[in-house]
Amino acid sequence: MTEFARRNPFWSLVIVVLAAAFLWLIVAPWSPGLEETLGRKRVFLNAIFGGLTLGALYFLVASGFTLIFGLMRNVNLAHGSLYLLGGYLGYTISTATDQWLITFPVVFVLVALVGLLMQHQVFRRMEGEELRQTMVTIGLSVVLADLMLWIWGGQSYTIQSPDWLSGPATLPIVAGVGSNGAPIYMRFPQVRIAILIAAIVIGVGMWIVLTRTRLGMLIRAGVDDREMLAASGVRINYVFLAVFGFGAGLAGIAGMVGGTFQSLSPGEDTRFLLASLVVVIVGGMGSIPGAALGALIIGLVEQIGLVYAPTYSVVFTFLIMAVVLAFRPQGLLGAGR
Amino acid sequence: MALTDQARAPAPQPGSGFGVFSRVPGAWWATGFILLLMPLVAGNFWLFQVFGWSFCLGIIALSLMFLAGYGGMVSLVQMTVAVLAGYVVAILGNSGVEQISVGLSWWLYVPLAILIATGFATLVGALAVRTEGIYTIMITLAIASAFFYFTRQNYGIFNGYSGFNLVVPPRLFGVDWRQPTAFYYLSLGGAAVCYAAVVYVSRSPFGLALQGVRDNPRRMASLGFNVTAHRIAAYAFAGVVAAIGGILLVWQTSQVAPYSGGIAAVIDILIIAVVGGIRRPIGAFVGAFIFVLLSTFSPDVLSAFGLSNERFKLVIGVGFLVVVFFSPDGALGLWERWRARRRSAVDPLTGKAVAGGGP
Repeated sequence: MTEFARRNPFWSLVIVVLAAAFLWLIVAPWSPGLEETLGRKRVFLNAIFGGLTLGALYFLVASGFTLIFGLMRNVNLAHGSLYLLGGYLGYTISTATDQWLITFPVVFVLVALVGLLMQHQVFRRMEGEELRQTMVTIGLSVVLADLMLWIWGGQSYTIQSPDWLSGPATLPIVAGVGSNGAPIYMRFPQVRIAILIAAIVIGVGMWIVLTRTRLGMLIRAGVDDREMLAASGVRINYVFLAVFGFGAGLAGIAGMVGGTFQSLSPGEDTRFLLASLVVVIVGGMGSIPGAALGALIIGLVEQIGLVYAPTYSVVFTFLIMAVVLAFRPQGLLGAGR
Repeated sequence: MALTDQARAPAPQPGSGFGVFSRVPGAWWATGFILLLMPLVAGNFWLFQVFGWSFCLGIIALSLMFLAGYGGMVSLVQMTVAVLAGYVVAILGNSGVEQISVGLSWWLYVPLAILIATGFATLVGALAVRTEGIYTIMITLAIASAFFYFTRQNYGIFNGYSGFNLVVPPRLFGVDWRQPTAFYYLSLGGAAVCYAAVVYVSRSPFGLALQGVRDNPRRMASLGFNVTAHRIAAYAFAGVVAAIGGILLVWQTSQVAPYSGGIAAVIDILIIAVVGGIRRPIGAFVGAFIFVLLSTFSPDVLSAFGLSNERFKLVIGVGFLVVVFFSPDGALGLWERWRARRRSAVDPLTGKAVAGGGP
């Protein structure tokens, strides 16, 4: 961070000023002139917070994707299917048991098992053949999508959030001024706040594991130089298995989260596959902080675009990706290849 | 493998000079004649739904084959380019959506469609060549899905969710080109031209340089070749081929909608190219023929086995997995291996399989 600031003083200043203006837009009550140009502040705030939670969801999906990619050079194009599978499983289990919170570990374990199976039975047999692995993941995604359509049908499901998380929470942010002059505070669904916090906790946890533990050391070493790590006596297949299982499980959890605050239907798998692709391309392939940054940017842009230019919100996402590719092909936080 | 023989070769091109004729193997003449005389024996359904569709999909898969086989770039954006060409035909030509369609005449909108789609393909190529290998797959897939979501949301130009219907080929020379026989010859002609173009380009200095770039970009760069320019040019050429396929496809299905370029369709093209065999141009048509046969007849077969007839995607997916697992060269690879094994069985002295066969 400091090094970046020292090397690019101008751009750091621009970033700081933009961030400050952004914060001011969120915290300060808006003047009538501002409301005229930008619309109601409540709409703006909702877009921002919606973007934050969407970014959190994208981060959950994309971090597993980027972890698997970084370590194994395997573009798992069946990642979206794992997401949808997790969502469907979560729906089935949570409606059967009525235990929302306990469903999470169950879904994590189940989808992680599917991931372990994929890594152990399929990808290990074609190690080093990246293109073939990617093709296999495409075939798997087609097969999984049709199997899920077979089992769960074409209708859309929403997972019921538990009572203690339903309803809105009041945030200490002024959304507007009422007719009597009293400030109106912003209200936002509690589930989404919980999701945001959970994503941050998981992200920080992953970062700690990656930077502070022995397993994280092994993974980082594997990302940097797989052959050398294997040569120094580490049984790298176990590291691969662990990472693949974890990434898949995370996708499953994300599916459950997505099923709670959005909905599950056939086609969501490709939507989230696209989202993770774009997030990972923007943030930098194989980098967890990059996935966080990319997810934040894409989530915010998508929601803000949806509010202010509904037709073109997808184009904004795509434009960001194109600009990043054109000027920084390795992604914002990606290491040079 | 009688099926592969039928779809094996589009009509050989009677090129310039008589030397060309004597160099074409007999099997090619045979397939050419079979294909040309097909309307005498085949019914309308086969001509239009099976062969017409196969040729359209085959041309699009051929453009992917060109990029992947000769350029080493697996681009998932080819179907998108084709669908864009279809959209341009629908927008600039005539369609059932009269408030959007401009209604230009065919000699204007067909070149424009090819031009616009090629421009798009070149642009995508310029972006995608900044990356390599699996990154290319990711980026082209992202672009393809962005296009899908964009067309689904945009109502001003692309007419949103429902897209365009009643897009029919122009009546030309007093022939209704949507009649099965006429369309069969139209698509056969398109396929033959595209096939010949791809084979010709692959043997031209540009194509050879492109294959050099595929095998060792660094060495080619040090020899003075502009690697990036060659790759972008490959995207442009593949864009032309895909655009032709897209125009024929929109005439065949007579409609174009976001789902024509959805993720499933994009992946279908990849499946076609891989299943047919991505190393040879003819593989695209073989794969398309297999794909069309499967998607046309698997519902009947599946319901004969007591399964729901919606499970044909499962059949396709599993078939694709099997091919990727056991024969990276696709159906053509299987065929060649089988021939090699037969030849080696004839020759018991060495006991070794004679490698490969054909050019």
